[in-house]
Amino acid sequence: MGLDLRGLKKTLGGRVIIDELDLRVTNGEMVSLLGPSGCGKTTTLRMIAGFLEVDAGQILLAGRDVTNLGPDKRPSAMVFQNYALWPHMSAAKNVGYPLKIKGLSKVQINEKVEAALELVKLIHHKNSRPGQISGGEQQRVALARALVQEPDILLLDEPLSNLDAKLREKVREDIRELQRRLGITTVIVTHDQEEALSISDRVAVMSAGKIEQFSSPRDLYLRPATEYVANFIGSINRFEGELQDGEIAPGSGVTGIRPEDLLISMSPVEGSQPGVVELVIPRGHFFEVVVIRRDGKFRIFTSENIPVAGDNVHVKIKRALRYRNGKLIE
Amino acid sequence: MNKLLNPARLALNAAVILMIFFILGPIVWLAVHAFTSNWQYPDLYPSGFTLHWWSQVFLDSALASAMKNSLITSPIVVLCSMIVCLPAAYAVGRIKFWGRRAFMIGIFSANSFPKIGLFAAIATLYYSLNLMGTFLGVIIIQLLGTIIYMTWIPAAAFAGVPRNLEEAARDAGASKFTVFRTITLRMALPGILVAIVMSFLAAFDEAQGTYLVGAPTIFTMPTEMYSLVQNYPIQVAAVFSILLALPSVLLLGLARKHIMGGQLADGFQLK
Repeated sequence: MGLDLRGLKKTLGGRVIIDELDLRVTNGEMVSLLGPSGCGKTTTLRMIAGFLEVDAGQILLAGRDVTNLGPDKRPSAMVFQNYALWPHMSAAKNVGYPLKIKGLSKVQINEKVEAALELVKLIHHKNSRPGQISGGEQQRVALARALVQEPDILLLDEPLSNLDAKLREKVREDIRELQRRLGITTVIVTHDQEEALSISDRVAVMSAGKIEQFSSPRDLYLRPATEYVANFIGSINRFEGELQDGEIAPGSGVTGIRPEDLLISMSPVEGSQPGVVELVIPRGHFFEVVVIRRDGKFRIFTSENIPVAGDNVHVKIKRALRYRNGKLIE
Repeated sequence: MNKLLNPARLALNAAVILMIFFILGPIVWLAVHAFTSNWQYPDLYPSGFTLHWWSQVFLDSALASAMKNSLITSPIVVLCSMIVCLPAAYAVGRIKFWGRRAFMIGIFSANSFPKIGLFAAIATLYYSLNLMGTFLGVIIIQLLGTIIYMTWIPAAAFAGVPRNLEEAARDAGASKFTVFRTITLRMALPGILVAIVMSFLAAFDEAQGTYLVGAPTIFTMPTEMYSLVQNYPIQVAAVFSILLALPSVLLLGLARKHIMGGQLADGFQLK
């Protein structure tokens, strides 16, 4: 077991931040903690790293109980959101710091620092100060500084949020590739669902100090366990009532339909209902079409059969998610 | 329009020249006097140049001992000030405790009154403690003027060290003390250096209290200035003034390299 959180609790300033949180991350797995700001994901990460004491519960790293150890005694290494590089040290000194603390010889430090900087492709900047290199490079130095410690677990706190969009995608892939190659257990905190879905083996969606769902990105999207997750990941058409003969009928519970699970056609097909197009929005590689049917308003993502506003069309519901009391029932 | 004849520019240039004259004039006047044998109105040029006044200063036992006293007391004062104030500065800069603001403002307001009243009160205390005319008495008096620099500036420097830089060091395996030594203190160093320079100058320059407490047994360079101006030719005072200004210039020159140099600027680039 790479990481095992058991019944974690944390109250800060009278507010419950983390409430009975359990999480098990297997060895070599990459897991995202995903949620809006204030959901407790960063608090959880800081408790794993040891910067925050837990009020109750246990933290096991690589099978060892580290709940009462300080951050210096834990086999974890963190990459901070703003990288937290020491401005008075060169890149090589930053990366070498953990090794120097460990008491390694100059020769060993040199060797490992060079290897780590080689790994993040920054060897040419080894004598540069953090202030002299770009944000993306600073981030790689921070990553090298974490990896050089050969930690049992790597913690990444919003590692990409300070990079511009183009760079973000590249760094994301670099991190994923490196993580796979080194087989290092990794927990990454992010509020960006695209980032979480594309980089992780499993994603823990958090809300109000609890984990709503912990599963693979695919399951998260196709079978969101709660209404909250369905809303948070991707888009959804939400209706009070249940599905009967291809139509939303009054009933108990909530029906959610993904915009791409709706089929739009010019002539009736089996199970379709007529409606009027209200709005067509080009969204790049697909179109968003808003159709009013007598049972409600539907947002549809489609790349074929694109109507114009005012057209009479037919819409078929291909797949729906049923929720009762916020939980998925089918 | 010709740039040189632009009236706004002309006025500006005139103002700058006037300012340079205003600032450098007295210093040049002092410097020239320190090397002239005699130069009095209405002579346009000095009558001759000499090193006589310099030798007189260095050979005069009273002046030499004043210089020695100053060069001994000022560093001791700075050292004591660091020992007393830096822990306080760290506490004020980093720990939120009750009365923190009141403490800082208190230190500040103690410096906003004319000090001579304070010194008079201290003098009475000194008599009962037998500190009048003693080395220790002078040290304590000079220490008072350095406290504001040694608390306010380092407090801001300590407060300005980003917490996550310390966390990163803890995460890397460093103990709390090692983090303080290698990260916190190191990053607050420019601020502490500024405080050291300011404190040294404050102690070196202190005349009122030192005269009140130290005279007639202990004279430092600034207090010796009083008798100098009255009892010696003007050229000796000029030499002494230059000697008095020398440590400030040297210190500022040394500190400039560390304070203005890249490190502090680098620190501000990180968010």
